[in-house]
Amino acid sequence: MSNDEDQPARVLVLVVPACEPERALPEHLMRIDRLWKDVFGAVQRTVPGAAELQPGRCAMRARGPTRYYGSEAVAARAVLDCVAELLQDGFRDGVAVGVASGRFAAEQAATADERTVWLHSPSPGVRLVEPERTAEFLSGLPIECAADELLAPVLVGLGIRTLGAFAALPEQAVLQRFGKEARIAHRRARALGELHGSEVSDGAPLRDLSVSCEFEPPLEGVDQLAFACSTPAERFARGLSERGLVCTELRVELTDDASSVHERTWSHPAHFTATDIVNRVRWQAATLPAAPERGGAGVASIRIAPERTAPAASHEPGLWSNAPEERVHHQLTRVQSLIGPEGVGTGMIIGGRISTDRQRLIPWGARRESASAAGPWPGHLMGPLPNVISTQHAPARLIDENQAIVLIDADELLSESPAFFVADGAAPRAVRAWSTPWPLREHWWHSRTGHEALYRLQIVLDDGEAWLLRYTASSGWAAEGRYA
Amino acid sequence: MSQLATVRSLQQRISTMQPARLDDGLPTPPELRPLLPGGALRKGAPIAVQGSLQLALALLGSASASGAWCGVIGIPELGFEAAAQAGLTLERLVLVPDPGAHSLTIAGMLSEVLTILVLCPNRQPAPGEVERLNARLRDHGTALVVTNTWPRSDTALRVTASRWSGLGRGHGLLRTHELSVSSTDRRGQRTHTVRFRDGRLT
Repeated sequence: MSNDEDQPARVLVLVVPACEPERALPEHLMRIDRLWKDVFGAVQRTVPGAAELQPGRCAMRARGPTRYYGSEAVAARAVLDCVAELLQDGFRDGVAVGVASGRFAAEQAATADERTVWLHSPSPGVRLVEPERTAEFLSGLPIECAADELLAPVLVGLGIRTLGAFAALPEQAVLQRFGKEARIAHRRARALGELHGSEVSDGAPLRDLSVSCEFEPPLEGVDQLAFACSTPAERFARGLSERGLVCTELRVELTDDASSVHERTWSHPAHFTATDIVNRVRWQAATLPAAPERGGAGVASIRIAPERTAPAASHEPGLWSNAPEERVHHQLTRVQSLIGPEGVGTGMIIGGRISTDRQRLIPWGARRESASAAGPWPGHLMGPLPNVISTQHAPARLIDENQAIVLIDADELLSESPAFFVADGAAPRAVRAWSTPWPLREHWWHSRTGHEALYRLQIVLDDGEAWLLRYTASSGWAAEGRYA
Repeated sequence: MSQLATVRSLQQRISTMQPARLDDGLPTPPELRPLLPGGALRKGAPIAVQGSLQLALALLGSASASGAWCGVIGIPELGFEAAAQAGLTLERLVLVPDPGAHSLTIAGMLSEVLTILVLCPNRQPAPGEVERLNARLRDHGTALVVTNTWPRSDTALRVTASRWSGLGRGHGLLRTHELSVSSTDRRGQRTHTVRFRDGRLT
């Protein structure tokens, strides 16, 4: 990967320190929130495609405004001018526009001391760093600018106090020793672009696809709400389809008459139709806590917003009909409306060593996230696996000829030969064969739960039934699974 | 519009070119064929499997591997990995772990879309419910495997003996599992032996 293709785009960042919530007094929060909305609105009218980074900071690509205004300095001046009239005297301190290669560098330019080397200021409040000087500008900054509060003290402890010193380290070494977060910080320190995604994402277009609806008086019943939502849901689906999009994940926000918001994100194995949306609203409304003591509370407004969209073209039915999947989906949705959305799903195997850790039920409609099952899990069971897994680890007893409970001694061996097995609430049954207990030490690095080894043991009973047992010194024997 | 019409006509042609199913058999693991009359799981036919969940799951293996959607109703403690070991594809295995009082209703609903259903009824079903479910199974050509007795089942499989090998007195690990299965169907009663090695039929 050559340096040229990593050279990030020129970015303008506007910083209004007075609007940053961490600097404001709690009683001013509402006020500055409103002020920031006005400021950001003004910036968006001046430079379309501006993206909000956090309250008090927004970024935009420099290319468009530079071409329009003639130069970066003039464009930055124009951004400052458009917000100047909104800010009263007390709020103007530190308002600045930084222009540099990459969002991180531009943010640093906007907040850095004006006397920093390689930073020049053509007019008050405008801080410019030339493209070829970006790396040198960053190299003089303290390490805390790029590294978070966990990494920075470690690096300072190692004598790395500036971004320049950090940038001099090999990337692979940083990745191996400090992880992915540090690699991102390292790339920033070297004035390289973001690893994934673009410098400035204009997330704005999704916003106007959301649909909201107010109910006066508030609606109480689930059916009433579902009925009232069918029109907004259709409007939502139509709005998306007009733009050639389908929604695969959406957020439903229900606000009750006391303005408490209940929101939830729903995803769909294919994409949402209006009926599906109404169904999700129905499910969500059914889980709302009933509040009889407040009297008459109900849903006063609803907002449906897309979280994830995809081009409709990729969701068209193919030549080879995918009808069975559609029918399965339809029918499973019906079952979900009978016993609840979490009651139906598909299983997924995930990483872990204990049987209960290794599996998860993914409710139908939720995304099957890529599993981390890969990788060796030393200590995990080999050979046949139990097909009945005791989720509660039902207590059990393994006893010897003399009715004494078999223990596991310091040598990790059974104290006596087991003779009988007593499952939870069942009669003792004779044990025919058993394995050596094999130990499993998980999370031994946690001082709280650590140090106690878990032992597992397979047994076969006289009647041919096989069990997988677990043992810890503190809680004794329990059933982990059964070969049924 | 004309494109849509073209797609429709092509879909129609493809479906006529696909071989028509003459028999009502479903893909069945070869090791289990002797247990079933006609040598296969039959569409719309209920089978009762008593005494081994492993055997019940193994019956689904071939159908699931060949792309069919299957389902398991009423087994909250099912080990997914053991099911995968038995040859089931988890992405196409619909699980309803805790259907409550609705287990037969849900079995009826799912019979419309799934090829084989495993049902563990949590109560004795009423004769009327059984009849209704059997009728729906016949209508939609879905096979049902009940992990219990089932009135009017096509085949009743019962495990009479289970032997494990690989595990000694204080050494070894479970390896192979051998089941003696007695089958009762229109051919009469017979006894078979089914072997599993590491959870897989052999």
